Order: sequence, then C-alpha cells, then structure tokens
Amino acid sequence: MQFPESWLRNLVNPALDTEQLSHVLTMAGLEVEASTPAAPPFNNVVVAEILSAVKHPDADRLRVCQVDVGEASPITIVCGAPNAAAGLKVPCARPGAILPGFEIKIAKVRGVESFGMLCSTKELGLEGAADGLMELPDDAPVGEDFRSWLNLDDTLITLKLTPNRADCLSMQGIAREVGAITGAEVRLPQVREVETRIQDTVPVLVMASEACPLYLGRVVRGINAQATTPRWMAERLERSGIRPLLAPIDITNYVLLELGQPMHAFALSRIQGEIEVRMARAGEQLKLLNGQIAELAPDMLVIADANGPVALAGIMGGQPSSVERFTVDVFLEAAFFAPAAIAGRARRLGLSTDSSHRFERGVDFGATRLAMERATELLIDICGGQVGPITEAVAVLPQRTPITLRLARLKRVAGVELDTEQVVRDLTALGALVERDDNTLIVTPPSFRFDLVIEEDLIEEAVRLFGYDNIPAQPPAAPSRMLPQDETVLPDDILRQMLVGLDYQEVITYSFVDPAWETALDPHAKPMPLANPIASQLSVMRTTLWGGLIETLRHNLNRQQERVRIFELGRVYASLAKQPLKIGGVIYGEVLPEQWGASARRVDFFDLKGDIERLFGHALDTQPGVHPALHPGQSAELWHDGKPIGWIGALHPRLVQAFDLSSAPMLFEIDAQVLAQRGVPRHATVSRFPLVRRDLAFVLDVQTPAGELLAALREGAPAQVRSIDVFDDYRGKGMAENQKSLAIRVVMQDTQRTLTDQEVEDSVQKLVETARRQCNASLRA
Amino acid sequence: MRNPNEIVAEALNAIQSCPDLPSLEQVKATYLGKSGQMTELLKSLGGMPADERKTAGARINEAKQAVEATLKDRRDTLLQVELDRQLADETLDVTLPGRGLARGGLHPVSRTLTRIQDLFRSIGFEVATGPEIETDFYNFTALNIPEDHPARAMHDTFYMQGGELLRTHTSPVQVRYMQTHQPPLRIIAPGRVYRCDSDVTHTPMFHQVEGLWVDETVSFADLKGVLADFMRNFFERDDLPVRFRPSFFPFTEPSAEMDIGCVMCGGEGCRVCSHTGWLEVLGCGMVHPNVFKHVDIDTERYVGFAFGLGVERLAMLRYGVDDLRLFFENDLRFLKKFTH
Repeated sequence: MQFPESWLRNLVNPALDTEQLSHVLTMAGLEVEASTPAAPPFNNVVVAEILSAVKHPDADRLRVCQVDVGEASPITIVCGAPNAAAGLKVPCARPGAILPGFEIKIAKVRGVESFGMLCSTKELGLEGAADGLMELPDDAPVGEDFRSWLNLDDTLITLKLTPNRADCLSMQGIAREVGAITGAEVRLPQVREVETRIQDTVPVLVMASEACPLYLGRVVRGINAQATTPRWMAERLERSGIRPLLAPIDITNYVLLELGQPMHAFALSRIQGEIEVRMARAGEQLKLLNGQIAELAPDMLVIADANGPVALAGIMGGQPSSVERFTVDVFLEAAFFAPAAIAGRARRLGLSTDSSHRFERGVDFGATRLAMERATELLIDICGGQVGPITEAVAVLPQRTPITLRLARLKRVAGVELDTEQVVRDLTALGALVERDDNTLIVTPPSFRFDLVIEEDLIEEAVRLFGYDNIPAQPPAAPSRMLPQDETVLPDDILRQMLVGLDYQEVITYSFVDPAWETALDPHAKPMPLANPIASQLSVMRTTLWGGLIETLRHNLNRQQERVRIFELGRVYASLAKQPLKIGGVIYGEVLPEQWGASARRVDFFDLKGDIERLFGHALDTQPGVHPALHPGQSAELWHDGKPIGWIGALHPRLVQAFDLSSAPMLFEIDAQVLAQRGVPRHATVSRFPLVRRDLAFVLDVQTPAGELLAALREGAPAQVRSIDVFDDYRGKGMAENQKSLAIRVVMQDTQRTLTDQEVEDSVQKLVETARRQCNASLRA
Repeated sequence: MRNPNEIVAEALNAIQSCPDLPSLEQVKATYLGKSGQMTELLKSLGGMPADERKTAGARINEAKQAVEATLKDRRDTLLQVELDRQLADETLDVTLPGRGLARGGLHPVSRTLTRIQDLFRSIGFEVATGPEIETDFYNFTALNIPEDHPARAMHDTFYMQGGELLRTHTSPVQVRYMQTHQPPLRIIAPGRVYRCDSDVTHTPMFHQVEGLWVDETVSFADLKGVLADFMRNFFERDDLPVRFRPSFFPFTEPSAEMDIGCVMCGGEGCRVCSHTGWLEVLGCGMVHPNVFKHVDIDTERYVGFAFGLGVERLAMLRYGVDDLRLFFENDLRFLKKFTH
C-alpha cells in the first residue's frame, strides 16, 4: 500500500517527522518498505508565463523570452526548447536555484543576458515527457512557488502490510492505527449525504446471500463523465500508484483508497432488467475491463443482469457495462462480499486487483453505506447529476462476538506484566469495545478487524501496542537435561568431515533435475514430475544424486578445474513415503593434485573403493550386479547386513560419451543412514604370544573373484587365525591364460600360548584344503 | 730394539694423516696389532734384564697409551666427518611442498547449518528432520493456513503432479514432531525448502532452520532472549543490536520479525541493508493455538514459541558472500574459499 504522507497527515498529524513516523509504523507491524520524496530536492522554481518568444539574433535554435514570474516587470530568459511560445505556463528556475545536478546563474547566452531557466520535467527530476518545457495548466498561479503549488515537499510511503491487516488497506485505517500508536487525534473525512432528487432504482436480487450479505446500489442520472478530476484527487491517486482515468472511475478508486471500500460504477444503460448477485453458472463467460475473457466457474460470485454476468463480484467489472466518456447515467455498487467467496478466485484467473486484494482479506461491512454516500457526494460535486435512493439488500453479516482476555494469560504469554489501564486504552483506540472485570477484559472487536477472533489475537494487539522492544529479552530457565547421544550413529557432520579429510569437496545441488539426466542414468527411472517447474531442466525430482554431481563435474571441467572430487549428502525422492538420505560422490582426473615427486595417475575403481572402505572403517561387501549407469566390468553393488545399500563404479563408456567427458569418472552412492551405523566397540584381550605369518600363493581360475576365495578361507579358518588378506594379484607370464595367482597372507596367534609348528602347519593345510575344495585353487608350485 | 719414542712419533704421524676409518684401522694394526711394532716392542721386553725391564716396560706402555689416545681422537674426528657428510648428503629442500592428497571442504551452507545446530544444541535443542515432499496438510492446513488463505499466495508453492507439494518452509517438521512427541519439547529442524521463484535474490531451493520450544513456562520474553543470544553468538558480536517487529504468520501469534544491526556497515546504512542499518533475519512468534489443536497439545497447560531462519542469508552475512546464486553453482573456485 502506497500513499502520500500529506494525505495521512491530513487525517492524523502526530508530532513526528517523516523518519520518526516511518519508524513508529514499522515497529507497530506496518513495515515501511519505502519512503521516497515526491520530487528530488530543488528550490527557487516558480510558476511562470511566457509573454513573448522571439528568435535569438545570433542563434537559430534559441529564443529570447519575456517571462512573467509574478513580479512587477517581466524578465528575459534565453530558451532552446522547441515548445517555448507566448501564453505557455511553465516552471521557471530563478538565478540561484539549485536543481538536481546543477545551479542556475545569470549568464550571457550568445550575447543575450538570461535571468534564469525555463524547465522541462527532466531538469526538475520529475516524471513525464522529457521533450521540451513542462507545460502547466492554464490555471497555474503565476509567481507561486512551484514546489508548494504542486505539493512536491511530500513523501511517498509504501507499507508492506501483512495479510491479517486488511483494515490498513485504506487511509482511514492507517490513520486510525497511527492514532492508536501515537495518541494523536484522528480526523476522519466528514461525509455529506446528498439529497435524493429522483426515484429511479435498479431492483437487486441477492441469490447468494452468504457470499454477499450486504449489497447497496444507487442510480445517479445526468452526470458529466468527462468532467476534470480535481487536481487534489488526481494527485492523491497518482501518489498512491493509481493512474487517473475518468472522473467517475477516479472517484470510486479514491473511495477505495480513502475508506477501503472497493466500489463499482456500471453504465446504467447497459444494465438490462434486475441486478442479480449469484454464483456463476457452468459455461458462463465475461469479458473483463482489462479485455480478458474469463471462463467462470460455479464457485465464482457474479453480478448479473437479465443477459448474464456483468461483473466478477469483488474482483473486476465487465467491459460491456463499464463507464465511458459519454456515459450519462450510472449505477453505483458498494457491497460486502465474504472473504471466503472471493479468496483464490482472482489468482485462478491470473488476476490481482485492488478490489480482490481487499475483499479476500476482509472489507469493513460497517462502512459500506458511508462509502456509498462518500462516492455519491464526490460524484455530484465533480460530475454533477441527480441522485436516486440507495437500494439495500442485507442478509446475515459477520458477527463480532465478545472475546475474553485473561490478564494472567496475557502476562504468561508476554513474559511480563502489562499495565491493565494501558491495555484497555490501547484496545479502545483500535476501535474495540472493552469491558473490564477483575481478572479479565471482555473485548468486542470493531467490524473492520477480521483478524480479532480469539484471545491470542488480543494478546498480540496488547503486546504490539506495548511495543515488542519493551518486552525484556530474557534467557529462559529450563531444567538442565543432557541430550541423548546415540553412539551407534555417526553424526552427519562427522561423515562429511571424513570425506573432507579424504580430499572431497562438498557440493549442494538442486533436488529437481533435468529429466534427460534421469533417463540417461537409468532408462527405467520414474522420477516424480513437478506440476509447475520453474524450468524444464528442473522439472523432476531426482532419484539419484549422480545427475547433479556429473553436471557439477562438467561445470567445473569447463572452468579449467581438471581434478574434481566432490560429494553431496542429500535426499533422493521416490514418493511421499520414500525420500531416503543418500551420500554420493564423483572423483575425476588425477589421483593426486599435480605435485613434484609423485607420478601422475588417473583415478580408478580401487582408488574410490579405498576411500569408501575408509569411510566405513572396514572391508566392503561388494557383490556383482549390473547398474545401467556403470561400466559392467568396473562396478559393484554394496551390501550390508544382507541388504543392498549402494553402488560404486566407473561411469558407463556410453555415458562418458553422452556427457561429453574425456575419461570415466568414478561414482558412488550409498544409503547414508546405513553408512552412519556403527557398533559400540568391545574390548578383547590382546595376546602376549608371538604372531606367525604364512604367505600362500594360490593358483585359480581367472574368473573366480578374490572375494570368493577370501570369504571361503575366512569362513573355514581355525580359531587361531587372526586375519587373511590378499597382498598380490598376479596374472600373465608364467601363468596359464585362464589362471591367476593370488598371494594370501595368513596371520595366526593364540591368546593363551605360543603356537607349535605342527599347529601352524595343520592350520595351513586346512586352509589349502578349503581353497581347493571351494574355489578349485591350488598352491602355486 | 728401536727407540719407542721414534716409533711413537712415526705412529702419531701416520694416525694424523689417515684420511678415513679403514686406513686408520690399518695404521692401528701396523702399530698395535698382533705383530704390530708396539706389540713387538713389548714382546722384546722378555729378553731384558729384570731391572731394565721395569723402566723400559713403563716407557713402552706410556708410548702405547699415547698412540691409543691419538688413535681414538682421530677415530672420533673421522666419525664426525663421516656423519657430517651423511647429513649433508641427506639434506632436503624442506621448502618443497608435502606430498599426497589435498583437503576437501564443506559447502558454506552446510558449514553454516552445522554452526547453527551446534549453537542451539548447546542450550538443549534436539535436531529433528522431516520429508521435503510434503502434503498440503502438513505444509499449510496444520499450520493454520487454510485453503485460499492469502498467505498461501505468498508461498509460491511447487506442486507435484501427484498432488503433493515441496515444502515451502521447515515448519511442517514442527507438526510432525509434535504428533509423535509430548511436551516439553525443544527442537530445531534444518533442511531444504522450495519456492517457485528464481531471480537475483531468490533461488528455487534454499535452506531453513525451524526452531520450536514448547513447555509450561515459555514466553515471548524467552523467545527474544534465545534469539538475541543466538544471533550474538552466531556473529560473535556481544554488542550486536537486535530488534523485534510485529509481523504476521498464520502459525504463530504474537508474531514477529527479527532484525539485527547491519553486520556489513555496523548500522551506518549500506547497500546490503538498503540503507536502513537493519537486516531482517528471521520470523518467529508464539505457537498459534490452532497449531496445538491439530496435534492435541493442551493450550491451557503449554505455551510455545517457534522461529524459522534462512540459512543462506546468514551464510552470506557471515562470510561476505554477495550473490545468493553462488551457493548452488558449485564452482570449485568459490567453494574452495571455505576449506579452512
């Protein structure tokens, strides 16, 4: 809501300057979003009349003007503007004037002395056509200070109103609020009731009385719609952001701003028969004032005549029945439409109007008649005409039931005791009726406050007017209880820090992605689509982190970052019920940053696998599986506790090409919750007896995974075997083509005694036997 | 028999001119070995008369000790030379950089989230989470935002084709938590939120932290206390000015916006604070009774306050980031600035 400060001061004038007033409004919840001067600073500019304009003797484009500035004799000014002509009234800057950006001095222009400057709008920093001199109306008073004549020492205040404060969507409402906050006297406009001269009416039939509990109509005949809107009204409209159009429309707009009551003026000749206020019928259409043809739905309230809808109630009038330049007879409407009957409809039609904005939030049904009288008064004063009686259709209006405010509750919520007398005064100043009991106040809110319904609403008002700043900020007292710390779950930030330690950079990518990424990474993916995406490349919810990670990789490769190691911890989305948290990453480029003393090598599968093993803190249970995004020979599914929990692998060569990469990035994605699970460590006795190490080289089929041999050995190992690990994988020279050699290190130890050679030998034999039986592996000769 | 003095002089000379340890060992053998000259001299004592033998023996022993002492000195010297050479050979250019991996870093938003969580945990707030694809009920209805409420229009909601929506704030977590937990409650709920809006100052996805404290005796004064304490600790500025302005959120009443004195200009007025000296940093208020009703909490017994703050905004102010969009471009050159 934007308005000129001068208008507000006309209604209530607290002893505060503009800045103080803005502060007071902001701190009372009417946030002043902007406060801008109506015109930039300048001085010494007066209204002047050009008496004569003759060509400059030495310059074709200049004219020498005799200018009346309201003094005894005219002054001479040299002017270059093409529209400088005798009889024109213009702003004139006198010598010594400071204009935006420059100062006016007496100067010789091509030999002729010039005593000032005739100004264009641009030179004064005003809005409007920049071409030539600013042309003032004929009634502009010559000699008068230009600023004060146009009331330019004014400030345009913009309030950022919250949706609950519909009552402040009018000057009357804001004035009332300022009065309540500052205690200044509020002088609301006095409305004169115009005498009825004619008896014409249009019958009004309200068929949807719940949606329209109050409808006032009035015929005014014989108006001059082309009458000039008075300058004071045009100025207030303009400074409130509404462009003056035609007097009758300006008047209804003015009443909307002044009293907050949206009104409509119909061209009477275009109304056929009775006015009906009813819900729209299926299939009905209406051409609106803005030219848009609205398809009406049965939950939209309309004003209709015998031929169908003529206005979308509370939102916008129809074009065919709108007031035009030659309209002579009008039908004025002032109504109360229930917020529930208006809310959301305008938005559905892609509209937002001053009217719908107010009706959705609640218009004062106690001031509907006042607004009708006010509009009538202004119409007769400006456009003339004869007034008919007001037709009123009234049903059940909203009730303002008394609310009990317990003073103890007020204190408990506020955290401080408020002076009861002051609370009563404040609530009364807001227009409420307050009765006082011992421990309670019984408060009946005014008709214009739709937001005061329950006790908390009153608590808020009391605290608001007391001043939020006057409530002490106190550290709360609460019983000291420690927070539970589940040791079996690794906190997210530790997980992140572990990856950071492994030289991964965290990234955060959008949860909605390009559907093409999803399909490329998994042709069977069925990502959830957004109904109203912001862009097509952000139109489905990701089912994997890889899309965003690969895009981030590409983004950085395009910016000369050749070694990229990134991870993201975030959700993927399958359905409302399934939005698991995943941790995923990509590594690409060299294993190490380019450095001296270390040979360069590109990352491979085992670099990534090693990182993930460090993350888990133990060996991974990797099982063969095929993922459409991964290289079938360089990928593995990760298992934990008998369940698949993620994937690691090299990007499939087909996708390396599709994503236009020069080599394959290594990817991982793991269920973050499983990854975070840890056991609580248990102590086991450390043996004092010597370790025995035996290295065994097994020859086996090249297709048999090392993991299979290890699993078989570990499962069949005697109790004193502490660990079994691979330390070499050899194939090639000296081996048959379909065979490889795996070197296995077996470490044995007993907790109670030193192992004998025989025991060690027996254990080795047992392991060799297991390897032979289960993996067809033999000891290398 | 040679004069012992002569032999000693010769031996000392030989020892002193030894260039290294092996030659020194050879010299030692020449004079002190089994058939060395000094040994031979001692052996010759056997053929001497007893009275001469005593004085000659003493003389020879003296000479031998002199040779041995010199030998030891020379050995020490040579060992030192050798060690010095080894040290010189092994000397590195320690100014060369160390080898191995570099260090990654946290995203500034998650770094800020962690900081916020740590501060609230330190006064007993637990961390709760909730889904990002939400239902209309949790995102709006249960938070006292009925259908067609003007506040919904302010939320620029993303809807799923299936009718669900992307949560527009972290407040639904309040509702979900209160459905499953009994007061007293003290939680914060960090996470991603979404608004259908994208320009210089808006990204369609961003992060919020929701806070909720429900107990028998919490008040607006406590709300102010907790949040002022948080902001001053977050920015590590004990003198940070804060103020609370009345505002409106359907799920709190009284509602407030919290401003802090501009941390960029110190309240003088700058571009960041639109020359007001104040920065709007969060919305808060006392939990609306309609929200408690949806989760069956007795409004007579319990009072609560809630707040929601924008994480990117705090990160920008804390680290001097001047463009919100940088957070989601994930340019490593930007992210690497936050590695330490």
